[in-house]
Amino acid sequence: MGSGTWILALVVLQSVFDGIYGLEQEVNRRTERISGSAGDVLEDDPVGRLKVFVYELPSKYNKKILHKDPRCLNHMFAAEIYMHRFLLSSPVRTLNPEEADWFYAPVYTTCDLTPSGLPLPFKSPRMMRSAIELISTNWPYWNRTEGADHFFVVPHDFGACFHYQEETAIERGILQLLKRATLVQTFGQRNHVCLKDGSITIPPYAPPQKMQTHLIPPDTPRSIFVYFRGLFYDVGNDPEGGYYARGARASVWENFKNNPLFDISTDHPTTYYEDMQRAVFCLCPLGWAPWSPRLVEAVVFGCIPVVIADDIVLPFADAIPWEEIGVFVAEEDVPKLDTILTSIPIEVILRKQRLLANPSMKQAMLFPQPAQPGDAFHQILNGLARKLPHNEGVFLKPGQQILNWTAGPVGDLKPW
Amino acid sequence: MKQTAGQHPNRRPYSAAVPGEAAALRPPSFLFWSAVHVLCCLVSAALGFRFSRLLFLLLFSPASHHHNHHHHVHLVRQPPAAVIPFPPPPPPAVAGRVGVGRHGIRVRPWPRPDPAEVARAHEILVRLQKEQRLRYGVKDPRPVVVVTPTYARTFQALHLTGLLHSLMLVPYPLTWLVVEAGGVSNETAALLAHSSLPVVHLPFHEDMPVLWNDRHRFEARMRLRALRVIRERRLDGIVVFADDSNVHTMELFDEIQKVQWMGALSVGILAHSAAPDATAKRQQRASEQETSPLPIQGPACNSSGQLIGWHTFNYLPYAKKAATFVGDGVTVLPTKLEWAGFVLNSRLLWKEAEGKPNWARDLDEVGISGEEIESPLDLLKDASFVEPLGNCGKKVLLWWLRAEARYDSKFPSRWVIDPPLEIVVPAKRTPWPDAPPDLPYQRIANEGGHVEKHVSKKVRSYRSKRSSRNKKKHETHVDTQVSEMSSAQEK
Repeated sequence: MGSGTWILALVVLQSVFDGIYGLEQEVNRRTERISGSAGDVLEDDPVGRLKVFVYELPSKYNKKILHKDPRCLNHMFAAEIYMHRFLLSSPVRTLNPEEADWFYAPVYTTCDLTPSGLPLPFKSPRMMRSAIELISTNWPYWNRTEGADHFFVVPHDFGACFHYQEETAIERGILQLLKRATLVQTFGQRNHVCLKDGSITIPPYAPPQKMQTHLIPPDTPRSIFVYFRGLFYDVGNDPEGGYYARGARASVWENFKNNPLFDISTDHPTTYYEDMQRAVFCLCPLGWAPWSPRLVEAVVFGCIPVVIADDIVLPFADAIPWEEIGVFVAEEDVPKLDTILTSIPIEVILRKQRLLANPSMKQAMLFPQPAQPGDAFHQILNGLARKLPHNEGVFLKPGQQILNWTAGPVGDLKPW
Repeated sequence: MKQTAGQHPNRRPYSAAVPGEAAALRPPSFLFWSAVHVLCCLVSAALGFRFSRLLFLLLFSPASHHHNHHHHVHLVRQPPAAVIPFPPPPPPAVAGRVGVGRHGIRVRPWPRPDPAEVARAHEILVRLQKEQRLRYGVKDPRPVVVVTPTYARTFQALHLTGLLHSLMLVPYPLTWLVVEAGGVSNETAALLAHSSLPVVHLPFHEDMPVLWNDRHRFEARMRLRALRVIRERRLDGIVVFADDSNVHTMELFDEIQKVQWMGALSVGILAHSAAPDATAKRQQRASEQETSPLPIQGPACNSSGQLIGWHTFNYLPYAKKAATFVGDGVTVLPTKLEWAGFVLNSRLLWKEAEGKPNWARDLDEVGISGEEIESPLDLLKDASFVEPLGNCGKKVLLWWLRAEARYDSKFPSRWVIDPPLEIVVPAKRTPWPDAPPDLPYQRIANEGGHVEKHVSKKVRSYRSKRSSRNKKKHETHVDTQVSEMSSAQEK
């Protein structure tokens, strides 16, 4: 009798587990969990894991600039503004600086726009310096760590090097005063002066509502093999080519303009988002800087990103296993791009599409207003939380001074 | 320099007018570089192209490919008309392997698509689309039963082949019931043999009438015959009434999978006139301004998506121009509600089926004792249970069209000219090298032609080349008819 009940119990348990396993299999068939080098961290909740103190800077550093030019809310550098707004009303914010793990100074350095909408970085170093001087004199928290537990959002082309031209940016290097702070920036390239250790790379801002309104039914068959819209030659600044995008974009054009599998052109179609949803691969080559909003758009629309930018560091690289999601092509292999893409095994492509279909992946690339769980704001906080607890080097011993307040180009020392 | 910087995000604001702070701090090097720049300008002006590019390619390029490819680069890029005012940048000297500076544009020697790769890419696309359909498409698709009334005539090959190809693309298991008026003919059988679909070729032993009104009723009887066969054989699936001259979209077949028992779709009616005369044209334009551009038949819904009525065809604009017999040359108008706009679950026709609703009439009682079946709604006791499909009729998924040649027009059997023609008449304008002058039959044709000279000669010579010798007299008759119509058009 006893063995009979045992067997019955086992059978019942077995069927229960099979049911659960079957459900999981069903879910796995459609999407796959995303697990980067830091582990399965995309869905972590940062609330309760860190506390952020937001400095109250005078409005000339943020609100007034935005008021002067509201276009800053829509361009791809808008992350700095939305991050500020998010932190002001987030549960991780603390009004007591003594218990804060991280300090945030809202300086909108990328909001000085030309008439055509491009940010000018010439005043940004002085603006940042002035803000740091302000927080170091009015609050004691900067001086006790010299900024090592502070973070700044610098979404410009080359981050805190504050220049759009790469050589000048490299010459300038990262602003001296930010040498110890954590930088949250869109630029990421290995072994580059403008990416310091411990920075958090974020995706550029792409308008979430606009992308939502252009969604098409998911059963629309993907019939475009490779898709790209954008410049190949920057005729205004580099007419001969070879400079812009290190010649990679020009190479794509020259090699594949006659290839029926490549739907590439410099058009600006109104159906750009819809076309991306009908494409299997979307090219994301570098431009003047290695990053671009194309990566965000490709991920949101389920198109496998083909990243052509040597040594690039993609957003949230420790949380998202980009190697498994996108295709990386070296710039020197661009002439063989068609061979590379057609020789990827079909199971690999299907897996990449499953990973891209994971909603937490798409959510992590967006900055929705109001913020939603798992979005880019939360990933930034997760990244900051992973850097806690601060190590001993963060807090300075009394009398120790590391930063050189007079280093850097002479023009930066002028007050703003 | 002009800025085209407005479009692309990753562009530079200025290239020429940057207040180079670095430059201001190093006057000697600035002077040196401007001297070099002036020298370069002069040499370039003398040579006619920008020689410094060549210099830098040869001296400073980091990659090794350039020596092989720089001539390709020359071929590829025309020398620019303007010279950049900045001196060329110094070579890269940054830590790490990726350097800033001018790189070459790598172009492979034969930048053309490789057909094997294109084929592989298409295989990948097919596989991916199959996966997409599995993931997002219809779950548990039901088979489709297509009912088509047809008969052998000139345009049958045109219409039936089109329908055949559409049905071959349908991704669901399909059974095609083709009911042919006048019995099973070789023409139809030959056309149907081109497909790999399971076809049931049913004979209907009466001939298709010539008058359109009679034809509509006749077709309804043919369809009823097919429905009876479905009932006998207990075929399972969704019944679609696909007339051979209609145009169907693939989304139609995905949409009908949603039907429970009976569904109604919106049908676009392609009923424009073939050759209107001038007064009719003016009338038509006036009426077209009032009515919508494409007349649509289908379900009408209220705001909560429930069926409240039907959009039927408005006959008023076409009052004087309706075709009465086949091959009339004017618009063929549909009936009030065409069969094509309805789909049924085949179980509705079976004698017994579980869940069969009681608002459907038994098929055995329908159509006997001379009852006229105009539309599938006559198969129901209560028409309010019909489900509107296609976003409540807002999406038009098929188009109704009737385009036929004259009922007595001839065509070569199976569209194969076998045996080859014995008499071949050269066209009037074709310069044949050894054309014998003025043959007897040419003279006859010319006599007919002298009546109307404005008529386009091409039309007439084509007609006179018609193969069938028996129809010679008839052809001249046809010629004059055509010429009258086209001359009326020209007037």
